[in-house]
Amino acid sequence: MSTPALRLTDVRKSFGSTAVIMGVSLEVAVGSRHAIIGPNGAGKTTLFNLISGRLPPHEINRRGLSRSFQVTSIFPRMTVFENIRCGLLWSQGYKYSFWQLVGGQRALNEAAARLLADVNLEARRDVPAGLLSYAEQRALEIGITIAGGANTILLDEPTAGMSRSEADHAVALIRRITAGKTLVMVEHDMSVVFDLADVVTVLVYGQVIASGPPAEIRANRAVQDAYLGAPAEVA
Amino acid sequence: MSEGAIRTTARPVAADGAVGFLRRQWPWLATLAFAVVVPWFSYDWSTGRHSGFIVSMLSQIGISIVFALSYNMLMGQAGLLSFGHAVFLGLGGYVTAHVLNAAKGGAVPLPLELTPLAGALGGLGFAIVLGYFATKQRATAFAMITLGIGELITSCALMFQTFFGGEGGVSTNRMTGHSLFGLGYGAPIQVYYLIVAWTALSMVGMLFLSRTPLGRMANATRDNYERAQFVGYDPRMVRFFQFALSGLFAGIAGALYTLTYEIVTYDTVAGPMSANALLMTYIGGVGVFAGPVVGAVLIVLLQSWVSLLSNSWLVYAGVLFILMVTFAPMGLTGLVLMHQPIWRGGRMGRLVGPYLRLLVPALLVVLGFVLAVELCSFLTIGAAQGKSFTLSRITIDPRGAGAWLVAGLLLVGGGLWLRVAMHGFGVAWSAVTEDVKRAEVRA
Repeated sequence: MSTPALRLTDVRKSFGSTAVIMGVSLEVAVGSRHAIIGPNGAGKTTLFNLISGRLPPHEINRRGLSRSFQVTSIFPRMTVFENIRCGLLWSQGYKYSFWQLVGGQRALNEAAARLLADVNLEARRDVPAGLLSYAEQRALEIGITIAGGANTILLDEPTAGMSRSEADHAVALIRRITAGKTLVMVEHDMSVVFDLADVVTVLVYGQVIASGPPAEIRANRAVQDAYLGAPAEVA
Repeated sequence: MSEGAIRTTARPVAADGAVGFLRRQWPWLATLAFAVVVPWFSYDWSTGRHSGFIVSMLSQIGISIVFALSYNMLMGQAGLLSFGHAVFLGLGGYVTAHVLNAAKGGAVPLPLELTPLAGALGGLGFAIVLGYFATKQRATAFAMITLGIGELITSCALMFQTFFGGEGGVSTNRMTGHSLFGLGYGAPIQVYYLIVAWTALSMVGMLFLSRTPLGRMANATRDNYERAQFVGYDPRMVRFFQFALSGLFAGIAGALYTLTYEIVTYDTVAGPMSANALLMTYIGGVGVFAGPVVGAVLIVLLQSWVSLLSNSWLVYAGVLFILMVTFAPMGLTGLVLMHQPIWRGGRMGRLVGPYLRLLVPALLVVLGFVLAVELCSFLTIGAAQGKSFTLSRITIDPRGAGAWLVAGLLLVGGGLWLRVAMHGFGVAWSAVTEDVKRAEVRA
């Protein structure tokens, strides 16, 4: 097997005397879509924070990893276009330059316009991001996350708080713009998980109880007992 | 021009040529033309001189514009509240004074027109050194460090005689005899035009910086520093570069200060000067590029005109500041911009009535407040100065009950009326904005 995009070996984390993650080992293959599911308090977001928090965030970014947050994290006072463009600046090599106008960078602006179209926000181009609807903000956040140029993308509950149709749109969007990249996501919505993921890992009380393709997880008795409760919910 | 109005498109800006440039930038060009022409309104043809008061006030405005804009590079653009920004104005000023003295002695044949570069380098150099420490932190910790830096440099200014000249400061003479255009710079009007040129240059420079990758990422770290990190930026580095460049422009303001007054004292690095930058920037508005410019003009006018009329101009500036922070945190330009959608929707007319109804009680309150402040002032400082309080040839006795009663009535009566009027205005305002929104949705 080739080198995985992400490998966790016996990861542990305690807050005080409470062990939250108790020895998680996980491999995420390059180009796969990996979902981490589990009941509330299973440690999913903590695991995410451990993955993205091992180094200062800007160094994590430079190693090819980017993430979205459970609570929407955008640049609220800047326009939608500016949000996307700021997401692109570092990956396009602009660094801290103060001798060139952003408006004059043709390749940069074209890339930003393309990404804007990808996340279906062209019509909202010049609106301050803070004024977007919730679903639009989530889409924008995914856009910024992708813009960073990372090959491995962590999405923390990308469809949380969305209506059914908004979630369907979001799934289609995620599928389209993460093509060819490695995706790891935490998600509560089972239909999203089984729709999008190639591999599902079930985390309960800080431990992996099962990991495998969606169909296998669906049929797994331990998962049904420990997490999904009744098989009816899986459907 | 607002930052929101800056449309950055994929197509190059130059495509629409000079006409487009004129159409977009005419307010700035008009301001520049006005700045060039305005001293001549005060020209006295019989003596062949400009009014010293006007020219000095205009020079002060130019210096303040550069200073306030450089402050807004931190406050508005990067979300960094600094309490020690005067340090870089002052140090730039001191460096300029020493360079001028060296030029006078013939050691540095630097043309006077270019001496602001010395101030810029001074401001930049000190901002790199001090900013290295200050920008390790953000938010409250940053504010505290800058406060400390301000105090530190102020006390240094009194301790290190050779560089700061102690309490007497460093005197200099701008007539160094080195000029690109063969000008002597004895007359304040010549210095004023030099200030106009450097102010325009600095404004262009700072506007340019706000539109570079660094400027945009300064906004981004202001809005959400965690997200800025996850797109690859180290917010500390963003803060550091922004701080250093802001120091550069504050240094230019300091150089212009030195050229105008030909003396630099420790006041220029001290707290009140830093507070002035905060005051101008906040009152003008931190949200748009033009905000600090408006604030600088207004505060200098207040300082110059009101201080001629009254001992208490600082009280008025302070109250204005508190009112702005409370009711209009985006400043005067923010207030104006709030009307933009209504203006575009063609519904400004419907606000005229409500505004007029607000105006009368507001004027009464202002009148009552000014009367009360002036009565206090004449009772204390005025009495000590042997002044009497006259209002269009009627002398008012601050010890009599009558004037105090009038002030009290105006304040209380006007205040109650204003409350009612404000409520009415709020209703009218929301009706109009709702209307505009509905019209936009329909369109």
